[in-house]
Parts: sequence; structure tokens; C-alpha cells
Amino acid sequence: MKNVYINSVGSISAQKTFDNAAFLNDITKYHDNVIPAVNPVYKDYISPAAARRMAKGIKMGIVSSKIALNEANLDNVDAIITGTGMGCVRDSEKFVRAIIDNDEQYLTPTPFIQSTHNTVGGQIALELNCKGYNFTYVHSSISFESALMDALLQLQLDEAKNILIGGVDEHGDHTTEIHKIINHIKPEQVGPYNLLNSKTEGAVFGEGANFFVLSNEKSNSSYAKITSVQTYNTLQENALKQQAIAFLKEHDLSTDDIDLLILGNNGDVNFDVFYNTLSEAFSKTPQAYYKHLSGEFNTASSFGFWLASKIIKTQTLPEVVKLNGVQASSYKTVLLYNQYRGENHSFTLLSQC
Amino acid sequence: MGKGVAITGMGIISAIGNNVAENYQALINANKGISRVEKIKTNHANDIMVGEIAYTNANMEAQLKLPKSHNYSRTALLGAIAAKEAVKNAAIKDISQYKTGLVSATSVGGMDMTETYFYDYLNNPEAQKYIDAHHAGDSTQKIAQQLNIEQSLVTTISTACSSAANAIMLGARLIKAGKLDRVIVGGADCLSKFTINGFKTLMILSDTYNTPFDEHRKGLNLGEAAAFLVLESDKVVEAENKTVLAYVKGYGNANDAFHQTASSDHGDGATLAMQQALTVAGYAPGDIDYINAHGTATGNNDLSEGRAIIRVFGDQVPDFSSTKAYTGHTLAAAGAIEAVYSVLALQNNVIYPNLNFNTQMKEFNITPQRTLKEKALKTVLSNSLGFGGNCSTVIFSKDQ
Repeated sequence: MKNVYINSVGSISAQKTFDNAAFLNDITKYHDNVIPAVNPVYKDYISPAAARRMAKGIKMGIVSSKIALNEANLDNVDAIITGTGMGCVRDSEKFVRAIIDNDEQYLTPTPFIQSTHNTVGGQIALELNCKGYNFTYVHSSISFESALMDALLQLQLDEAKNILIGGVDEHGDHTTEIHKIINHIKPEQVGPYNLLNSKTEGAVFGEGANFFVLSNEKSNSSYAKITSVQTYNTLQENALKQQAIAFLKEHDLSTDDIDLLILGNNGDVNFDVFYNTLSEAFSKTPQAYYKHLSGEFNTASSFGFWLASKIIKTQTLPEVVKLNGVQASSYKTVLLYNQYRGENHSFTLLSQC
Repeated sequence: MGKGVAITGMGIISAIGNNVAENYQALINANKGISRVEKIKTNHANDIMVGEIAYTNANMEAQLKLPKSHNYSRTALLGAIAAKEAVKNAAIKDISQYKTGLVSATSVGGMDMTETYFYDYLNNPEAQKYIDAHHAGDSTQKIAQQLNIEQSLVTTISTACSSAANAIMLGARLIKAGKLDRVIVGGADCLSKFTINGFKTLMILSDTYNTPFDEHRKGLNLGEAAAFLVLESDKVVEAENKTVLAYVKGYGNANDAFHQTASSDHGDGATLAMQQALTVAGYAPGDIDYINAHGTATGNNDLSEGRAIIRVFGDQVPDFSSTKAYTGHTLAAAGAIEAVYSVLALQNNVIYPNLNFNTQMKEFNITPQRTLKEKALKTVLSNSLGFGGNCSTVIFSKDQ
């Protein structure tokens, strides 16, 4: 089996992360519970005529892909694998609204076409003229991890050399409104630094796109090595610690070998218990969190993956993501854990290369 | 390659039957499932025809013994019924005895409920349970729960009309790589106003019975369906002395990279997908006995796919037919229902007629099989081509 490396990153998020030379040194603090992605200058990457027609999810996906490809110094890849929980949800809403409001008349095809979940993956293929393998995973909080698992399988078995993977999701007004009603979005404003102390249901919703070039050939730009990713449709809270230990053991590691644990806490009083349980199991390990910066969305864990990549490459742990006071001299082996509303759990293991 | 990927169980629900046996009977008796739409109130009811499943949601809720408080979309109901039949057919008693995953496919997801309750969600507490059932992964989570698959790899693929073919491909790869011993693979999509109106705006819905590969084809009929297959490793097959229905022998996936919704004139993506599948299977084109074509009966698909078939098979094009005239185009489920039909073709040594074909297309001289044909079959190649340029091919065979 071949080793697999993260050779480049491209991130568009609620923080100014599209510049790969920077690393969370200019934090945008939000007080709303629905936080937007910071837009790069899209026309630097896409022709204005094309960009006008594109959904935000498509634009974020294409531009973060191009940032990643530029950094990897590649014009093309062997495969494109996308994860998205909801696809271009604004277009879905727009089309449903038009069907209802206009009684199925005067409809135009663009919102229908863009609502298809594989639109972002298809548009990236069109932009790159990439005729290779193209998959889109749409499974809630493991959409990105499914894409990662698929790429890892191909690269380890040497069926491909360079694969572009990513996670992308965008806000939609109606989706936001109804998720507020069912308390999936927090009722009160918590601000970025009180998220984990909020004691209320729901999360702060975000959006973004994080794309990566993975390769089975190490390069000068390599960030980290990917050891493994594992997803679980269900997991009992009281079995979580055992499952983490079992996952590490498969790679001849124990909890002591982990230099950093990155958790997907979103401040939901009903479900952060999973993170707290794991946090206690790794009490001697430095820990970090990130959803106070990115917001929660189905592919928010791709921002966590970006964060882990940057930490391993730069060997710095930004103050703003620290979850506990435990220090480490280096960040060689990093474990990520994420779940959403108690379902679709994942462990991802990265190491220095 | 070495490792085999055995199919040991199948389940299906479509417009031509509520289980595998009913679907097979309809296929060999040339019984179409295409009619006017009944269960969805749409202004287009008299302009279109669809492949609608006879069961109401209430019928399926009763069959699955769901509590009143459930929030299953029609996609989830259909998927649960087909997946349970597949597991039963594979004679699985304890699903956790082997490492078992689920890979499902959908494009519609819970859109049927979203379009029904879109504005109601704002002030009708009873409807709000369906908000969570909208996203595409929800139906898969519910199917996993129905099958008692826990703490395992459960995921969803959505690549438009090629989705379920890709689910089969991923399942096969997971078994070959030794990641899982058993994977339930397939897809589910229900009819919705969303897709009816969406395809209507693209002007590719026929106002009458769809006629794949016919010169005068007028477009597709939408259909709804779910189908699942149980894939098992050699290890499970040997240990349990399993009856193998067929093997997943090859698969290919490529992107046309031509247009967001249309296929390229010469079917570049479809050609690549078929060629790759042949390579993975270790077959020459001459080894394929029957092609179950995507054949949606749109002007664009049938021309592009036909040309791709000629590019791959030259002047030795095997017997081919599309079964879309029976079921309509069932979108993300199409690759799975046609996988079931392909395996049934192998088991029974029959090629299904391409119904409604009358006039030869003028762009090429290949003609679909028009009548039921009995012929010894060893291999079937099945195509699934979709929006976003996604093209997939799966090859099924009797031999490992």
C-alpha cells in the first residue's frame, strides 16, 4: 500500500482562509448565528460572465479547487471527489418556491440544474476539462470523509496519482429559517468565544468550501500524510472511547501517541457530550476546536481537515483554536473526530511527513 | 485483481412490480408500468406519463410497521422495502456477523416532503418532523436502521442518473480492498413535482410512452423505484456456502466534461466508462453478451450513447436494449434496478425487448433487440449516464 499525502489546500470559509500564505492571523468575529463565507475575488479565477450564472457553492468549490491545484502546481488531476450535505441549496429553494408560487408555470431550468447534488463536482470537471473519475457524496456530516475514504482507497492501491477532494456547502435562506424553528440553530447570540459555554440547543451555522490535492507522491508542498479515515453511521456515547482506542490500535497507536486531538464541538448542549467524552479520554493531549470560526455545516469537518493540515505543516497551534491548556513540543500525529446531532461519526488520522 | 465480488441477494420495487419476481414477470411479458400520474397533483398530469409505483405511502408504512410519528420520505419507504427484500433474499440472519456496510444513492432524497410542506414548515409543528428528512443522507440512515446496520460505513452517492451504478462500484471496490466483507448497495428515488417540473423545463419529457433508440423518440418518462443488491466477499460466500446469483466483474467511471446537462455528441464519457469497465473485468469487447443500455429516449442520450457503443464495440455490437420503456427513468435508482434486471437476464438467459421501438435512427445502423430473446448469457454490461457529465458502466458475469 502506498502512502498518501495532502499536497495542497484551498479554503473558503467564514474566515479569510483563501490565502495559503496566512494562517488564522486575522480572525473575523461574528455575533450572528448564521455566518457567511468570506468571498475571495471570484473574477480572479472565473470569468465574470460565467460567475454571474453560478451558485455560490459552485463558485466556492471552483475557486478553492483552483487555489489547491495552483499550490500543487497541477493543471489537472486523475479524479475529482466532492462531498456536500445539501448541494446548491439556494437553487433548490428557488425552484421549489417557483413551483409553488407560480403554480408550476414560467419556470426556468437553471435553478433545477444547479440543484443537482453533483453540480459542483461536474462544474469543476468542466472547468478543468477533467474526464477522470468523478463522485459526489451526500451523507450529512460524513460527506467529506466519504470523499476522503474513496480517494485514500484509490491512492493507496495506486489506481490514481493525484486526486482533488473537497467539501462544500452554502447557506439558503429558507433552510436557515426552518432550522431556526426546530432549534438546530441557536436561539440566542453567543459570539465566537462563548460557543462552548452556551448551554442551549443548536449550533451556529456556517458555509464554505475546502478542497485538497491528495497524492501518493510526496512533494515540496506536502502538508501531511493521511493514515486513515473511518466513518460510523451510529456510535453510542459510552462506546466512543473504546472505538477511538480500537481505531488507533489498528494503526499500532495508543492515545499517548496523539499530539493533538481536533474536535468538532459546535456548542449544542444535547450533542457536545460526545466531544466531552472523547476530550476526557484524551485529557493529557493538547486539543483544538474550530466550529466557532467556521460555523457548523455538513462539510464543516473539511475545515477541520484544513486546520489539521496547516498545523502539521507550520507546526503552530493558533491560540484561537486551543481547547485546553496542554502543551506539546511538536504536532506529529493528529486525530480528528466529528459527528453531527449524534449521528455520522468520523475519525481521521494525519501525521507529519 | 483476484478477489471476487459476489451478488447474493436482490430486492426491488418499481412501476412494474413490488419485488424481484413481479419485476421479472413484467419484463418477460412486455408489461409496461407507464401511465398517467396519480399520486402527485401536478398541472402537467395530462402532458406527461410516468412510471409510478402502485403502493401508497400508507401501504408501505404498514408493511414496515412504522409508528405514526415517523418521518420517512417516500424515497426512504421505497428504499427500506427493496433493501429488506435484498437482505432476506441473501438469507442473512445476523447482519453483524460480518463487517457490513451500506452504500445508497438518491437524487430526490426527501424533496417530496419538502415541496409538500415548504411553507407549512414555518407554522405547522406536525409537518416540521420532515425538515430533517430532506437531506440526501437521511433515507440511507433510515435504511441502515431498518437493516440493523450499526457502527459501520454507511454513505450516500448522488451523481444524478448514474448514482446507483456508482454505489455498486464503490461497494465492489470496498470488498476487493478488504475494507468490508459485505456491502448492501443500491439506490432509491421517488417521483416529485420538483423533478417533473425540472425535466419539463429542460424539455426532455415525452407526452407519450418513451421510445428508446427510436428515430422519432420524444423524450423520457420519469419513474420511481428502489433496488438493492447484497455484495459479499469470497470469504463470506465460502464460509456460509452462499448461492451466488452473479458477480460484479467490472466497473468504470468517467466524466464527459462537456456540458452540465447534455452528453457530448460522440459520448466521450460513456466510451471511457465502458472501456474502463472492460479493462477492470479483463474482458475484450467481444466477451460482452448483452448491453442493458441507459437508453432514456431523449434525443441527446440515445444518440450519444449509441455512438459510444459503436466506438467501443465497432461492427460487433452485442444485443442491446433499454428497459426504460417499462419503468421510466428512475434517476438515481436506475443503475440499481437495471443491475437487478441484468442479473435476472444472466440467471434466465434472456434479453429483454426494447419496447416501443419502431423506426431505425438515421445517424447509425445499430438496432435494439425488439423481442424477448432466449440466449445463453455469460456477461451483461449496464450503462448509467447522468447530468454533470457523470458516466458509469458496470459489468455483471456468471463467472468469477
